[in-house]
Amino acid sequence: MNRLDEVFQQKKANILSVYFTAGFPGLTDTIPIMTHLQDAGADIIEVGIPYSDPVADGPTIQESNQAALKNGMNLRLLLQQLKDVRKQINIPIVLMGYFNPVMQYGIERFCQECHELGVDGFIFPDLPMQMYLDEFKEAFEKHGLHNIFLITPQTSDERVRAIDKNSDSFIYVVSSASITGAKTGISSEQEAYFQRICDLKLKNPTLIGFGISNQETFEKACKTAHGAIIGSAFIKVLEHSKDLKTDIHNYIRSVKKAHENIIH
Amino acid sequence: MEYNVNDKGFYGKFGGAYIPEMLYPNVAELRDTYLEIIQETAFQEQFYYLLKHYVGRPTPLYLAERLSEKYKAQIYLKREDLCHTGAHKINNTIGQILVARKLGKKSIIAETGAGQHGVATATVCALMGMDCIIYMGSHDMERQKPNVERMKILGATVIPATSGSKTLKDATNEAMRHWINHPQETHYIIGSVVGPHPYPAMVALFQSVISDEIKMQLQQQIGRENPDYIIACVGGGSNAAGAFYHFMDNKDVKLVAVEAAGKGVNSGQSAATTALGTMGILHGSRTLLMQTEDGQVTEPYSISAGLDYPGIGPLHAHLFDTKRATFYAVTDENAMKAGIALSRLEGIIPAIETAHALAALDEMQLQPHESRYSPQQARRYYSSNRDCPRPGCTR
Ligand SMILES: Cc1ncc(COP(=O)(O)O)c(C=O)c1O
Repeated sequence: MNRLDEVFQQKKANILSVYFTAGFPGLTDTIPIMTHLQDAGADIIEVGIPYSDPVADGPTIQESNQAALKNGMNLRLLLQQLKDVRKQINIPIVLMGYFNPVMQYGIERFCQECHELGVDGFIFPDLPMQMYLDEFKEAFEKHGLHNIFLITPQTSDERVRAIDKNSDSFIYVVSSASITGAKTGISSEQEAYFQRICDLKLKNPTLIGFGISNQETFEKACKTAHGAIIGSAFIKVLEHSKDLKTDIHNYIRSVKKAHENIIH
Repeated sequence: MEYNVNDKGFYGKFGGAYIPEMLYPNVAELRDTYLEIIQETAFQEQFYYLLKHYVGRPTPLYLAERLSEKYKAQIYLKREDLCHTGAHKINNTIGQILVARKLGKKSIIAETGAGQHGVATATVCALMGMDCIIYMGSHDMERQKPNVERMKILGATVIPATSGSKTLKDATNEAMRHWINHPQETHYIIGSVVGPHPYPAMVALFQSVISDEIKMQLQQQIGRENPDYIIACVGGGSNAAGAFYHFMDNKDVKLVAVEAAGKGVNSGQSAATTALGTMGILHGSRTLLMQTEDGQVTEPYSISAGLDYPGIGPLHAHLFDTKRATFYAVTDENAMKAGIALSRLEGIIPAIETAHALAALDEMQLQPHESRYSPQQARRYYSSNRDCPRPGCTR
């Protein structure tokens, strides 16, 4: 069974998904970071495939992409690093990145290998729904891989419903009209938008991302969604970390403080 | 119309709209409305009024006699450099700002390489009283300082793009990020036939006035509508798309596209996309681009800021793929030489971008029998047809 399906079956609230860029801060930090995230209590791990031109990302993630590429990270190496990942990690793994590197790698080969490694799904911000349906859905589905779409405050209800219909794991609710890491905090306007999405009673669970950085924003997001996604704030933790294990544990614990007892 | 965009936004294998969901509403709105807006009578009237009285169209089609002599061919220069602000870019910015107004947008953003598109955008924003932010690679701001000054005088805010090679690609990334952050009030005036559908098609349509005029002017001057060749430089490819537009379906007209080879196609410092590129996704469209095996976009290089771009528009990728157009790559050095040569032969100092197109004449080895070289005949038509053609809309 796809591990994303499992998580959403078992857990209906306070799901924490954490993004990091593969190859950052160090080329070989991929597996250690994933292990610490799992041990610290993250529910889903999003592994970023670094790209030279991440147009939907703000400076923090842009810089982590640049640093990772400089360190020598690329898609082939990442897949090699993930070879034995399922010996240690049993929570869902989602690969996130821009579509061009995947296109160059070859869609079929990519899906095949991801399936073998135990990857559960993908987030490609620059692969819109129609392109996915026309050209790539078949390959993803054949290998049991879920594709995760984004929605934003500007996405019409009609389109949200269409995206819901074509989604098969969760919907990534982008919290504001912005690139990653641009805004901190959650305004009442944003909360109204979360409520609007919640009221649509979608068939897929929702996770809110962009601007989630601490316990307060995580909890606000969890009020109207099944959980939340942290990206830039976690990259900042990694950026300044001298001891990955301690810092990751402390950070995740600080975000999930209120829920600790319920989860473990 | 085998070279026109299809209803999914593709030119053959190339095109489409690979954009983040944050931009979907804006791009979809444009896709669903732009043709209708452009075809409205009021739009047409205002567009052509401004092209005539503000831009100064039609631009001359000038028989360059001494240049013709040199190459034993009859060579005409379509003088887009005489447009208000100094390049073809304003044909597109006038069109797009009228579309933006119709869509109720309050502010405009744009990317620029050489600064020509930035100036053309700042100009129409001043004309229409709209806020204007221009993203420009910090490297380009250095090498194109006068254009930065012009944009500022026109009231635009110029923001340096400091990532990557600090040139056009990076400015485009920053403009897209700005658009993601301000989707509702902002229209993004893309400056070439690049970006997600419908941009390539829309920009080509606005620039098609160039080939509209060429047809009429050739008819008036030498009694034939079709040249044997059309030569244009390609950065993203908007001037080339405009010059090719009404000739694309007529295979008797050979299309020649000229890219920047920088320090040489294989020097590692080049922007010759068709020579070095493979299919991938850049700035929202599937096209040919320079990239590593791993799918990372390669930093391009050209002396010319306007051609210093790692991709080309999807239309040009299609023209290349189907061999409808012939592509040449011209080095910095040869472009400089060709630019100086034109200056000394005709008293016309071309843009360094344009100089690349001129340098292709050296590589093409035109045969006199092909080119029907006859300045005398041309002069006769000039004197008998003094009236300039009207910029009519033949669409
Ligand atoms: C004079 C001139 N020609 C050509 C270009 C290249 O753009 P495009 O290929 O879109 O025509 C530029 C760009 O700045 C330019 O200023």
